Amino acid sequence: MTHTTGILFQLAQSVGVVLLAPLWLGWVNQWRAWLQNGTGPGVLQPYRTMGKLFAKDAVLAHNASPLFRATPYILFGCMWLAAAIVPILATDLPFAPAADVIALVGVFALARVFMALAAMDVGTAFGSLGARREMLVAFLAEPALLMVFFNASLISHSTSLTTIVGVLAHRQFAIYPGMAFSGVAFVMVLLAENARIPVDNPATHLELTMIHEAMILEYSARHLALIEWASALKLLTYTAIGIALFLPWGIAPAGDWGALPLSLALLALKLCVLGAALAGLETLSAKVRIFRAPEFLGTAFLLGVLGMLNYFLIGA
Amino acid sequence: MSIALFQPIDIVLIIIAFWLTLGLLSPFSHRSVGPVTRWVMPASALASGALLAAGLFALAQPPETAILPLGLPGLPFHLRLDPLSAFFLVLEGGSSFGISLYSAGYFQQMKPRQLGILSLEYHLFLASMALIFLADDAYLFMVAWELMALSSYFLVTTDHEVGEIRAAGYLYLLIAHIGALGILLCFGVLHGTHGDYTFDSMRAATQTPFWATVAFLLALFGFGAKAGMLPLHVWLPEAHPAAPSPVSALMSGIMLKTAIYGLLRVTFDLLHIQIWWWGALTLGLGLLSALFGVLFAAVQTDMKRLLAYSSIENIGIILVGVGLTILFHAYDMGLLAALALAATLYHALNHAFFKGLLFLGTGSVLHATGERNLGRLGGLIHRMPWVAVLSLVGVLAMAGLPPLNGFVSEWLMLQAFLLTPSVPHAYLNMMVPIAAGALVLASATAAYVLVKFYGIVFLGQPREPRLEHAHDAGWWERAGLAWLALGCILLGLFPVFVIIALDNVTQSLVAQGLAASASAHGWFFLTPVSPARASYSPVFFLGVVLLVVVLTFLAVRRFYHGRLRRDAPWDCGFPAQNARMQDTAEGFGQPIRQIFEPAFKMTRQLPSAFDEHPHYAVSVADRFWYALYAPIARLAERISGLIGLIQHGRIHLYLLYSFGTLLLLLFFVR
Repeated sequence: MTHTTGILFQLAQSVGVVLLAPLWLGWVNQWRAWLQNGTGPGVLQPYRTMGKLFAKDAVLAHNASPLFRATPYILFGCMWLAAAIVPILATDLPFAPAADVIALVGVFALARVFMALAAMDVGTAFGSLGARREMLVAFLAEPALLMVFFNASLISHSTSLTTIVGVLAHRQFAIYPGMAFSGVAFVMVLLAENARIPVDNPATHLELTMIHEAMILEYSARHLALIEWASALKLLTYTAIGIALFLPWGIAPAGDWGALPLSLALLALKLCVLGAALAGLETLSAKVRIFRAPEFLGTAFLLGVLGMLNYFLIGA
Repeated sequence: MSIALFQPIDIVLIIIAFWLTLGLLSPFSHRSVGPVTRWVMPASALASGALLAAGLFALAQPPETAILPLGLPGLPFHLRLDPLSAFFLVLEGGSSFGISLYSAGYFQQMKPRQLGILSLEYHLFLASMALIFLADDAYLFMVAWELMALSSYFLVTTDHEVGEIRAAGYLYLLIAHIGALGILLCFGVLHGTHGDYTFDSMRAATQTPFWATVAFLLALFGFGAKAGMLPLHVWLPEAHPAAPSPVSALMSGIMLKTAIYGLLRVTFDLLHIQIWWWGALTLGLGLLSALFGVLFAAVQTDMKRLLAYSSIENIGIILVGVGLTILFHAYDMGLLAALALAATLYHALNHAFFKGLLFLGTGSVLHATGERNLGRLGGLIHRMPWVAVLSLVGVLAMAGLPPLNGFVSEWLMLQAFLLTPSVPHAYLNMMVPIAAGALVLASATAAYVLVKFYGIVFLGQPREPRLEHAHDAGWWERAGLAWLALGCILLGLFPVFVIIALDNVTQSLVAQGLAASASAHGWFFLTPVSPARASYSPVFFLGVVLLVVVLTFLAVRRFYHGRLRRDAPWDCGFPAQNARMQDTAEGFGQPIRQIFEPAFKMTRQLPSAFDEHPHYAVSVADRFWYALYAPIARLAERISGLIGLIQHGRIHLYLLYSFGTLLLLLFFVR
């Protein structure tokens, strides 16, 4: 394999993920509709929404600063980078050495801080409320997320995502005991960080309960479309990280291009099942009060710690 | 090798002498501020720049020594410039360059007479800190240390007409001296019974583990008091906000680091052995300080108090690094000790830049609005774009976000944490990664604090009508802010060069460098241990994000349009909204107060539903003050009360006391 094909593959992966992220979000929403006895708008609905939003004229508050206008683009750029460094199809990514798991958490944090600042920019009651809640959830979720990553790093002696996945995928259809705890913790963090039930509800516009939706109230048209797209991308990237850490089997090892078709088929299968599972999880649980969120994320943190203690006790 | 005629140590001494001269000249300009702001401060900034250059040059040099024939007869000052000193001189030069430039603009509105005195103290302060880094005997070290404490005390009490500021200054002076006592005793233990008080003879002496432990604990206490380590932190949130902003920047950015310098000097240079639990203790205290600092920062309503508490947090992170270094070094794990030490020093340098930047930013806001209370600010990004943009750099750096500098040092520290499983101590192995979790919690909460700080000061709508007339900072101030912001960006983007520059320091303290492994993949990728273990490339990171941002922007314009319309904010269609409906500083801190309630001592005044004139108030106090300081203060008063019993003011009684003492002494001496 030459370096050029690697870079081409890298670009193909990142562009592909960016283009397909709304499709997967549509799949999750469709399943949720089905599970809740609805018909659902079809899996292509997110594309239609975004197309409509892009075509509209943007409306900006009088006192919106340049920071407000730049944030959707920065958000999109951060999520693009995150999607580019997660091994989704193959562990052979030329971009991967640019950022390891800790830097990946940093990318998400950077996007989140810009989002929260933009929410406070116009100076409305709901904007600052959303920013405050978002940062609250984030600073509780971040330690739990890093505990999960630390556990994986301790097992694989590396914080580089490609190395971690390479080591974890090596064990066929068995998972390290500590990683089972971490897996549960990761799902909890995924729900919290992506503004899903039980921490936030993506479908609500009920003023008193919203977090993410409260932050983007002042956005419209192309800015809103980019934010929605970035959110879809974030959800898919998080799921891809989960697949890479906890269900890595079938991912193509470095240099093995023949394994790609199988890897692609398995990935599609995993995503379909996980999307339905995510919708099921959201259908079965209720949104908790905002001050129960610390308990929820505290549980995630403790599960992550338990997973790590497992590593120290039994060495795996 | 020398630069033309002079060794770096000579240059540093010339700079110190130059600063002292500038300081001594300043009080003569008591008619106008012009001479000080137009000449003295810029010249002082130039000297800082020279110090930065000399320090950078000396970083790569073997240690140099010099003896100054000053001081007491037969007791000259010994000086030594080794890589550790050079690193801290770089920190001082780099940070004070920006601060002095800024001062040239900031102090223009001050009264001439007051400014002359302030400039004297300012330059004494700078010179004493440089002397601390150069001192090679306990005598000069303590003289410089006291000079630093006193000059900074007078700087803190610049506005001494205000009672609270005098009280803050008194508390600061008191704790500084209790700490100095610890340091003095530490040098006493190190000196033992042999030789003189030069560091050379202390290095030559060997201590038993017991006396080494005593010396270390005294050093941790003494330097911890200066650094603001828990539970010796109470002076810090009082003293930093009391001082003028450039002085706060100097104190937080540089002075706290002199304590870190002293701790490293004693632990790794003067002592021969390190015991693992010293590291565990330092790490624990560091974590406590970090968490305490950040939680209290989150509930503050005063800009400068918020930053002061965040300094406690950052000092905590630095102490965590020192603790890890001791731990690894005690177990003879050279590479890991070098990694932890590099992370520690890197964070100290970063903190000097971003905290300096933010303190200066608050100074500009204070000048433009006359307001330090977060609850009366807002929307300043429109009125003060320069300060807002440059402060944003500091905020992102301090929140530990890539690709700026705060992230790099925290990243290195987490890498060091992840390598602890190789420590041959099962219990520590388990505890240390959990400590990493606490560290992450502290730095994630720091992001919360900074969103609060920046969002309330610079974003949103102005909370007071007079903020409409706020003006942006002048050119000198902008230059100072821009220099520090540039430092944050460069230190963040090119970490490999910093690690290479730190190589000599880690070599000299823990006998191991990182340069070879860190730059294995060139300057582009930072790989502290090995490329397979971890790598990070901030330039690449920034490049990809910027490229995507630009391409997305162009694509949206190309395929759709860029049409834009301005209108009133939507806010769920609520019609009667005003600036007072935004989150206040208290409101933004409310979740933290609720979740971490046991950490705070809160008094709340809540209105009932039927109040005619509802009034809400909350005040948050430090539990340490009531649990630790107040009992000690009461005890001290009671003891002085007992002594007061023998104080009558009658001369014949006092003569009787003298007579009695004499008799008693004769009885013993006989």
